[in-house]
Amino acid sequence: MSQISVSAGGALGNARVADASAPARIAVRALNFYYGDFHSLKHISMDFFDRQVTALIGPSGCGKSTLLRTFNRIYSLYPEQRAEGEILLDGQNILSSSVDVNELRARVGMVFQKPTPFPMSIYDNIAFGIRLYEKLPKSELDGRIEEALRKAALWDEVKDKLRQSGMGLSGGQQQRLCIARTIAQKPEVILLDEPTSALDPISTGKIEELIEQLRSEFTIVIVTHNMQQAARISQFTAFMYLGELVEFGPTNKMFMNPSKKQTQDYITGRFG
Amino acid sequence: MTAVSDQLVASNVQIARRSSHHTSDRVFRWASYGSALLVLVVLAGILGSMIYGGWPAFSEFGFGFLTSSVWNVGRDQYGAWVAIAGTLTSALIALVIGVPISIGIAIFLTQLCPSWLRRPVSTTIELLAAVPSIIYGMWGLFVFAPLFAQFVQIPVSNLVEGLPFFGTVLYARVPSGVGVLTAGIILAIMIIPFIASITRDILDQIPTMLRESAYGVGCTTWEVVRYVLLPQAGVSIIGAIMLGLGRALGETMAVTFVIGNANRLSLSLFDPGSTIASRIANEFNEASGLHLNALLALGCILFLVTFTVLALARFLISRVKVH
Repeated sequence: MSQISVSAGGALGNARVADASAPARIAVRALNFYYGDFHSLKHISMDFFDRQVTALIGPSGCGKSTLLRTFNRIYSLYPEQRAEGEILLDGQNILSSSVDVNELRARVGMVFQKPTPFPMSIYDNIAFGIRLYEKLPKSELDGRIEEALRKAALWDEVKDKLRQSGMGLSGGQQQRLCIARTIAQKPEVILLDEPTSALDPISTGKIEELIEQLRSEFTIVIVTHNMQQAARISQFTAFMYLGELVEFGPTNKMFMNPSKKQTQDYITGRFG
Repeated sequence: MTAVSDQLVASNVQIARRSSHHTSDRVFRWASYGSALLVLVVLAGILGSMIYGGWPAFSEFGFGFLTSSVWNVGRDQYGAWVAIAGTLTSALIALVIGVPISIGIAIFLTQLCPSWLRRPVSTTIELLAAVPSIIYGMWGLFVFAPLFAQFVQIPVSNLVEGLPFFGTVLYARVPSGVGVLTAGIILAIMIIPFIASITRDILDQIPTMLRESAYGVGCTTWEVVRYVLLPQAGVSIIGAIMLGLGRALGETMAVTFVIGNANRLSLSLFDPGSTIASRIANEFNEASGLHLNALLALGCILFLVTFTVLALARFLISRVKVH
């Protein structure tokens, strides 16, 4: 608990300075998104910077999850959903039909609102994603799994029961297992879709701490309903409303001195 | 004014109701209680009378009733083994053919099917379950069996003749089209709708997020199904299969038409045989004395086996809701 209040207090004045000089890892250009006839993202253009945490905030239905779900093209599982425009990942347009979506999803990992361990052992949950794309000798695979679990701050809790089912862990542990599964694939970008919404405050604190550490290696995009969380863990914040990007900038500025009145109203809780 | 009088009427009705409330409630409760209890009484009654009727056969032949393959009405000697073996073999064939197809259908419907096609295909499969079994039997005997004899039994028998194992198992002495394999194929068609629609429901209950996470680590559809969805469904799918097995074991009419109703044990799947149900259906009419007792004993065995299989199936299917 103390950890949460400390980060909440430190959020706005802390050393976590947004680094806008970092190169853009993802560049969204004139992105429009449709659910059937419903136009749900309207002409979005913005950059997501390398090894920075970008939070997407806004009221329910504003399109923040939709935007997140375009980065690994998970929306393409549903034929009635389509995206137009460009999303450049390291300069390559991932919306192009020539992109192999399975490979893309190994480069852009995703963690969901609820923990989704696969029906297999803790070890295999992590090995599974690695094995899809790399043939490693056993010893190297073991090393990768330990590394991923350590980075996800889960190793000490599970090292003696790697062969047990991942479903037997607590909710918070399961979510860290899912994060470990994602980072084990060594993605470039990690997408987090409200990763703490199903967790208790202590587990939430652990995940937030983890995100802070992962930033040194990965570009992170997080959708959150919780504005304090956005303030605590992100360097950049984008405020979306009704499918449009209202304002995007360094988190400190967004929360201290937003330039749009709508942003001001939302973060002070006047609507949403 | 009207509102007031309405209210008055309403409260009068309520008072009138109050007085009879207790009696009617009690009657209603006992009536529904009794209806529910009736099912258990009937079930126990059936089981009891089967055991009572079959008992003379069990005590006459002892354990040998299960293992003897002699079924001779003239000498009053009865053994259930041919019928038991036929029942198990035809049901097993039905599962071997029906299960992969059913699971394939369920996977197609839940994962691959375009949404406009999903409803028509689902409905068709459910309608397949509504076809009366006599229709399957007639179609099997008059349409399927001749074709099966001409295009499968004869060419395959010619091919395997003289070979070890296959020369025995897939050789038709009389390629008539009917036989244990034919019965198994017809049974497979009959159980597909059950297994497919239950497996579809099971797969539908798996959270979307789990499926998306599997795609999210870069799985292909095959990998998602093979490594995540089917293991997640796990024992429930086995439950669905056992539900199909229960139906295959007890199916009577269609099997009686196409199995050939022979009383001897044959190693060839192309040869005629009989199942417990088909034997009873064929012989009940002129049975009396020990013969009738033997048929009732057969029924008893079938009842216990299918009852156990179905109970186990229900238990396994219900497991999916736990996790």
